[in-house]
Amino acid sequence: MAGVSKRYGGVRALERADLDVAAGRIHAILGENGAGKSTLIKVMSGVVAPDEGTMALDGRPVTFASPAAANQAGVVCIFQELSLIPDLSVADNIVISSPPTRFGLIDRRRQRAIAEEALARAGAEGVHPSALVKDLPLSRRQMVEIAKALARKPRILILDEATSALTAADVAKVFVVLKRLRAEGLALLYISHRMHEIAELADDCSVFRNGRKVATYEAGTKSDNEVVEMMIGREYIHAFPPKPAAPTSNSAPALETRGLSWTDRLRDISLSVRAGEIVGLGGLDGQGQRELLLALFGVLRGCGGEVRVDGAALRIKSPTHAKSKSIAMALIPEDRKTEGLMLPMTVRENLTFASLDRISRRGFIDRRIENRLIDEMIALLAIKTDGADVAVGSLSGGNQQKVVIAKWLMNKPRIILLNDPTRGIDVGTKQEIYVLLRRLADAGAAVLFYSTDYDELVGCCDRVLVLYDGAIKKQLTGADITEKALIASALNIEAAGV
Amino acid sequence: MSEWRFWLAMQRGTLLAMAIFIIMFTIYGANHPAGFSANVVQTAANKGVLLAFVAMAQSLVVITSGIDLSVGMIFTLTNCLASAIVVGSPLMAGLGVIAVLAVGALCGAINGLIVIFGRLQPIVATIATGAVYFGLALALRPTPGGSVEETLADAFTGRLFGFMPASLVALVAVVLVVWVPFSQSVTGRAAYAVGSSEPAAYMSGVPIRRAKFTAYTLSGLLSGIGGLFLTFFTYTGDAAYASGNAYTLFSIAAVVLGGVSLFGGSGSAIGAVFGALAFRTIGDLLFVFDFDPLWQPLFQGVVLMLAVSLGAFGLLRVKNRLEWFG
Amino acid sequence: MTDLAAPAKPSAWRRIDPAVATAFACIVALLFVGSLYSRNFLSPEYLLQQLKVASFLGVIASGMMLAILIGQIDLSLPWVVTVGAMMSCAMGHGFWGSALAVPVGVLCGVAFGCLNGFGVAYLRIPSMIVTLATNAVAQGLMVVYTGGFSPRDSASPVMRYLATADTVPGLPNAVLCWGVVALVTIVLLKRTTFGRTLYGVGNRERAVYLSGVDTRRVVLLVFAISGGASAFGGVLLAGYASKAAQSMGDAYLLPAIAAVVLGGASILGGRGTYLGTIAGVLLITLLQSILSVMQIPEYGRQIIYGLVIIAMLLLYGRERMAR
Repeated sequence: MAGVSKRYGGVRALERADLDVAAGRIHAILGENGAGKSTLIKVMSGVVAPDEGTMALDGRPVTFASPAAANQAGVVCIFQELSLIPDLSVADNIVISSPPTRFGLIDRRRQRAIAEEALARAGAEGVHPSALVKDLPLSRRQMVEIAKALARKPRILILDEATSALTAADVAKVFVVLKRLRAEGLALLYISHRMHEIAELADDCSVFRNGRKVATYEAGTKSDNEVVEMMIGREYIHAFPPKPAAPTSNSAPALETRGLSWTDRLRDISLSVRAGEIVGLGGLDGQGQRELLLALFGVLRGCGGEVRVDGAALRIKSPTHAKSKSIAMALIPEDRKTEGLMLPMTVRENLTFASLDRISRRGFIDRRIENRLIDEMIALLAIKTDGADVAVGSLSGGNQQKVVIAKWLMNKPRIILLNDPTRGIDVGTKQEIYVLLRRLADAGAAVLFYSTDYDELVGCCDRVLVLYDGAIKKQLTGADITEKALIASALNIEAAGV
Repeated sequence: MSEWRFWLAMQRGTLLAMAIFIIMFTIYGANHPAGFSANVVQTAANKGVLLAFVAMAQSLVVITSGIDLSVGMIFTLTNCLASAIVVGSPLMAGLGVIAVLAVGALCGAINGLIVIFGRLQPIVATIATGAVYFGLALALRPTPGGSVEETLADAFTGRLFGFMPASLVALVAVVLVVWVPFSQSVTGRAAYAVGSSEPAAYMSGVPIRRAKFTAYTLSGLLSGIGGLFLTFFTYTGDAAYASGNAYTLFSIAAVVLGGVSLFGGSGSAIGAVFGALAFRTIGDLLFVFDFDPLWQPLFQGVVLMLAVSLGAFGLLRVKNRLEWFG
Repeated sequence: MTDLAAPAKPSAWRRIDPAVATAFACIVALLFVGSLYSRNFLSPEYLLQQLKVASFLGVIASGMMLAILIGQIDLSLPWVVTVGAMMSCAMGHGFWGSALAVPVGVLCGVAFGCLNGFGVAYLRIPSMIVTLATNAVAQGLMVVYTGGFSPRDSASPVMRYLATADTVPGLPNAVLCWGVVALVTIVLLKRTTFGRTLYGVGNRERAVYLSGVDTRRVVLLVFAISGGASAFGGVLLAGYASKAAQSMGDAYLLPAIAAVVLGGASILGGRGTYLGTIAGVLLITLLQSILSVMQIPEYGRQIIYGLVIIAMLLLYGRERMAR
């Protein structure tokens, strides 16, 4: 690819990006969220058309009008599960782009054979071809997605964060498969945040930043620090607010669980968070962190074990109950676009949604109180917006997340749960959020948050609990919280010297 | 063999509808004063087949996660048209039949085009097209009337081999000729894919437009077959708004009873057929048990209410309340 | 870091929804076309008559609008309207009968609405099918009640007064009734937390739930109100005609949905204003009356009716591609 550019409205997602992908090698792409990796992949796989630039396959120029066209040329992309049809079977899905037919009707026997072969090639023999995709757990679905890609006999295989939902065992299997494919002569493009995965797999690496390619180098020739500096474009300093000394309060912790469990996703979780503490949840994606936060917030049914707030055991029945004055909990959810905000509604409406009773009297909204509270929040969090009556969807990702946080702060919570709050947010806003969290903790709140960013966990948290397969694998405190230790326990290996 | 287990799970809705229908019809036949005679079966078949065709039509659209509120009107329109042109010599009548079916398919195709290219929501688009089709029906038959080639009509409404209702045979034939090839074809699978998850279908390169267009067109064709049969039964064309409206609404009920999900992507037209037959049998059951026919609409309503509430039992198994919301 | 968080003053100039503007423009166009056909068309008496006729649809469409705003639909409208009419007539003419006729009629509608709401909110059954079933049950009950014949009860004087007389000289009561319903609805939507929650649920029920708001109760209430509004419309219609009739509600279902959608509300929920619904109701009523003034036969009316709705929807009712 050479000189590829793509704009989305006023945002330059990609700017004159160049990339060379060679056969028989695994090429890793690194970069922060918003660096342009996804856009690059979308251009390469025919999902979007570039505004300028060229692509060449084997030296000959090509353009792809659609994902189907790209597939024809041998460029196949594995998404994060977005392309599976839930109500169809695994076999149906694997052949969906070009099902084998006989006399115009689908040939099920051949379909089954193709599916079995693809599943074997992907290392997913345990998946039954006739199972419905919607009945499979997320990790199986990702394996099916990989099998589906392989069934199209690709020459270039692109994996866009394709291992994020896999269990550790499955990740290992996938790595074996990828190395085998490399030996067979495929060109592989691997996008990931995770340094250790890249270290294990990649032959070449490219770093993207702000829509441009910053560097390409052979794997292992640069230190992690150098790479991170390339990714964020400045000298890599921990820019986190200082942590206080260990809290001296002896009163009951603000939030405590004993033996909390739920289906097979949460096993016997016992933790505690004191007022003034910031506790982090670590571990690979999908180990139960999301479920833990939801369970605490009253969304899950059938939880075993005990939850205590300020020492008193209770059953949190619903988010309404969780946010009530006696518990005063808040949850900043994972996906702000579908769980935290109503995008077409205004900033004003979104900000006040968790505290409707504060701005109203007997059901009627009191404009003066509402305006006062809104102005306070916008100022407190420095939300960049053109007034409170614009649609929240028009704000930048960072400001949107600020609105979500502000929404909850308006309710004066004492226990604050956050699910990956800085995902997809620019560095500047991230800093603001770190400062805010520490300020809230200092003011007496108990903060529990899950993050996929090791630096955050290291820099922000007083303690970190690493989850693996639904249980707390390890607790790290104070100076013990290092990236190495986090990665080691996340992968369930005891790293030497930790 | 676990293969059967999966197939069973997929067809659960259809099999349930079939079981319910068989049970109801057995009770009906056993308690009918005339017993399980051929006459009884024939009358029941003739009534049920009409709704079955319209229900099949609705199910095709619902599978693509749309809804067609004009099926009853296409049914009425083709009925009126048939009463005008399916007459005369066998050749003319034959051509008339083809024309009627073509008109039905055309109505469906128009619905499809508006939904696909106009990007309108199916529910509102088909409300409007339904009004247009009804207007056309009314233009053809301002008052009930017309006629139909009688030998042809009797052939389709009579009995084969002395006991098998011809209408049932026709229903089975239509299922075999229209539904089975469609559902097993690439386009049919694409229709399921579109209804299940349109974004995923796009990413997978599924022919979305072709799938929707075919579904809507075949739907119109099936409604047209229903209208043709109505003409065969009644020998007339009648542009009755209430009747067409009722068929539309009952087709939705039949589709739900038949295990087709209103969200799209699952279910089968065969299930819708059984749902329609079961729905019709409700009224017959009342007659057989000497209930005042006055109570039939209420009974039908209550049964429908209970049937759709059954799905709510799945709620009890939901562990993550977020699953309540799409 | 620049701080652009100046205190937010709501802009006085709300952007006018293009859909509503188009709807009003079409109303003007229809008036113009009508006046071409007959001088009388623009006369105050005729326009007032149209307004009166529109009021019935207006009351009924208010309920439908709320259901559509939360992304659902109320297909039980036809027979709930009839229930409202029949039950209020059934109350008789005595003192208590007259006094209670209207409340009873409306409450019957609310009861059916609660049934709908329970099924949608708590049993999570798609509203299309729940309300269809309720419609069938309501029909069944009325058939049993009337013995299948036309009901012989007649409307009480109060009802007739509401529907036909003028309290304010020159302004039909029916229009006043619609005005009251409109006022209540507008206040509800714009000034109460209930209204906010309603729009939120229509946009993203999941996000509203995670904000700690009880969405199920709101959905139940919306359907209860919708049922009540439909029934109230039925009461007024019965007052207008002096009695109720079988299937009197059937003719209002599709126009109600069309009025709400033509007024700019999205059928998927979360978007729409009452002003738009008013425009939609006036539009549909005018369209229907022009078609009858032009003495176009019924079939022509149906066809033009359908074509106009499609044309207008193509103009501005297209759903945008996935967000």
